[in-house]
Amino acid sequence: MPTLQDYRGQHPAWCPGCGNFGILKAFKDAMVEMNIEPHQFTIVSGIGQAAKFPHYVKCNTFNGLHGRALPVATGIRLANHEHPVFIFTGDGDCYGEGGNHFVHNIRRNINVKLFVHDNQIYGLTKGQASPTSMEGMKTKNQPFGVFSGQLNPLALAIALDCSFVARSFSGDMEHLTWLIKEAVNHNGFSLVDILQPCVTFNKINTFEWYKQRVYHIETEHNPEDRIAAFQRALEWGDRIPLGIIFRNKRPILEERIPVIKERPLVRQSFDLAKLEHTLKEFY
Amino acid sequence: MDYSIRIGGEAGQGIQTVGDTLAHVFAKSGYHVFTHQDYESRIRGGHNFFQVRVSDEQITSSRDMIDIVVALDKESIVQHEKELTENGIIIYDSAALKQKYEKDHFLDIPFVALAEEHGKSKIMANTVAVGAVLGMLGMELDVLFEMLKITFSKKGDEIINSNIKAAQAGREFAVKNCQRCSFSIVKRGSLPFMLIAGNEAIGLGAIASGLKFYSAYPMTPSTGIMNYIADKEEEYGIIIEQAEDEIAAINMALGASFAGVRAMTGTSGGGFALMVEGLSLAGITETPIVIALAQRPGPATGLPTRTEQGDLLFALYTAHGEFPRVVLAPGTPEQAFYLTNKAFGIAEKYQIPVIILTDQYLADTQWTFDKFDLSKIHYSDQRLRGDGLKNLTEYKRHAFTENGVTSLAVPGDSSFLVVTDSDEHNEEGHIIEDSETRKRMLDKRLFKKLPHVREEIAPPIFYGDSDPEIVLVGWGSTYGVVKEAVDVLLQNTPDPHNKVAVLHFTEIYPFPENEKFDYLGILNKAKHSICIENNATGQFARLVRAETGYTFKHMITKYDGRPFTLDGLLGELNAYFTGL
Repeated sequence: MPTLQDYRGQHPAWCPGCGNFGILKAFKDAMVEMNIEPHQFTIVSGIGQAAKFPHYVKCNTFNGLHGRALPVATGIRLANHEHPVFIFTGDGDCYGEGGNHFVHNIRRNINVKLFVHDNQIYGLTKGQASPTSMEGMKTKNQPFGVFSGQLNPLALAIALDCSFVARSFSGDMEHLTWLIKEAVNHNGFSLVDILQPCVTFNKINTFEWYKQRVYHIETEHNPEDRIAAFQRALEWGDRIPLGIIFRNKRPILEERIPVIKERPLVRQSFDLAKLEHTLKEFY
Repeated sequence: MDYSIRIGGEAGQGIQTVGDTLAHVFAKSGYHVFTHQDYESRIRGGHNFFQVRVSDEQITSSRDMIDIVVALDKESIVQHEKELTENGIIIYDSAALKQKYEKDHFLDIPFVALAEEHGKSKIMANTVAVGAVLGMLGMELDVLFEMLKITFSKKGDEIINSNIKAAQAGREFAVKNCQRCSFSIVKRGSLPFMLIAGNEAIGLGAIASGLKFYSAYPMTPSTGIMNYIADKEEEYGIIIEQAEDEIAAINMALGASFAGVRAMTGTSGGGFALMVEGLSLAGITETPIVIALAQRPGPATGLPTRTEQGDLLFALYTAHGEFPRVVLAPGTPEQAFYLTNKAFGIAEKYQIPVIILTDQYLADTQWTFDKFDLSKIHYSDQRLRGDGLKNLTEYKRHAFTENGVTSLAVPGDSSFLVVTDSDEHNEEGHIIEDSETRKRMLDKRLFKKLPHVREEIAPPIFYGDSDPEIVLVGWGSTYGVVKEAVDVLLQNTPDPHNKVAVLHFTEIYPFPENEKFDYLGILNKAKHSICIENNATGQFARLVRAETGYTFKHMITKYDGRPFTLDGLLGELNAYFTGL
């Protein structure tokens, strides 16, 4: 049985009060509650404050390039689909630099879990607009305010028929821990967009700002109703829904590849002698 | 006996089927074959050709002059009539081309009418053409019939018989009507040769090396590798994943490699440009990866379906930061097969990226060989997996070692954690900032490994006169044409230019050390040293100068998007000798 002690990683280099701490705590709690050992999964991350996450967890880790966590995760998962793969990333890393991989891995429906620390700002590079920054937000690099429309990751994911689309808030530990477990238990590509205040650079979307707006989606909401889910995903402003917005039972990629029906790629042996037969095809 | 047959036509007319079928008939009949393709970047229309050279002796290049042109469009006649040999013949179907040519070297064969009459469908017109060419050469059709039976086995006896009748009709027509045909084919033994193209050989070499994961974005001329491996996906238990872009392709392959399987990606220059950050990631995370880089002329989109050796320095020097890499540049499909195996071996052993550098010419040319020898294939799993992890007391992914190599453990196979990072990291794989660890880690990755990697690199191939006055130097795909040019020059007796040899480099980087084989001695002693490259600036010559200080006396470069032909290269060499 793993304990929280087993998950004690490096000392975080985040700012005091950063919303990431809540996510870190919730994740560790979820792993312990689910009885998952640190070596039993891999976290893939890219670059950004969120991407430092696996170093603070203690687990198998591939901390790769900016925006490129998803393709690495896909490669790991296809090589060993019995091994859970989680991605911890930020709004800039995932929705900006890695936008193409976000779109296409949702389409693939590879069974990985994508946790996006969404603070609507670039933290590591010190306060530029991110794809989820609200229009009009002024930063050092956007002195006239953000002109581009705000990316709606949940609506985008639902449009792509993403298998599991959810949102939580780093200030709501109980909800977040529950949602992490739900995502891990879901059989399919899972997106959890986690609202998380950047205490240093985002002076608009603060802890208080989120707290006044977020609400738990009602139990009557049917996450399998795509139209209803899309309507919920469009809600932003005075009220921001938290919970499982959308869910479907699309078959996962790993189950559709005949080659790995019996065992994962990594457990398959190689027999050079078979080549004799293949060489004959060239005569 | 040395005949060249060129099948010309629009894209989509089946020139590749005709050419490929002829090549296989010749190879199966025990003749040496060399084919090359010249095609435009389009699916229909335009003008393409497929050239088949057949001989009773070994051949490793294409000729300029053609003995038989199979003209499936008018453009074939416009473009290729002037390249006909003295006794050469153009066969065509006046009804299909809607034009009659009266000159002696034309033979009007009603491909379509014969197909409809004997094969019950005009689709068989190409089979008629194959039969006609074989008839002109005086060959029997038994080998072709066997091939047709296999090719159409799933389509049933009726289709097979129609094809056989169509081929027979073509052959009979040609034999009866080609009064001018003076081709004489030398009888060969019954031992068939294998016929294989560069891309197939790389795919085969990868499979023979235990490849398990191949991710790529389609890009000419590398796509053939993915096609070949995809065809064997199920048989060998390989996953092919078509990535959303080349950035994803290399990152997926790195993920799969990290997870414990042999992984590869393939692309051309433009896609490789997108992969560059991933190449650097392989460097710092010490993740094994093999990358096939099939060059085509640039810059940017350049000439997508044509050939050039313009990315050598790009492959050598691209990617930020300093880390070791290996660049191998095969000259033949046979070399491609063994060097791909070597690439996997080095990548896995030293946990570095290995680039297999080819080009459209090598990718698409088909060659004949006696056989590929599987006893020369090496496979050694270097991973710590399963029971192999049981006796460890601790594991650090990037632990400092004597030779710089830290064993790769399979994540999840034990309670040891496997941690790696694109940030500079400590032995465990966690982010660091301190100068001492940074320096030690770079020493580990680069300087400790490099001497061992260098030791793996074989010297250049030396062929021809043992004490040459003239040394031709090539690298990569020019091997066949340069070697054959040397063969021709060696036979020129008496001639002042027959003390000639070739030094050919296939293992480019780390640059081969002179200690293993004194190639610099040969170059320094030679009166003439000529570097031959399929690019504009002589990139290999520049590399030789940088690595050894040696400067070639003469350069022959070609950068029109086409490969060197034997006649073209001999012409350039003779022009140089004449000007002396």
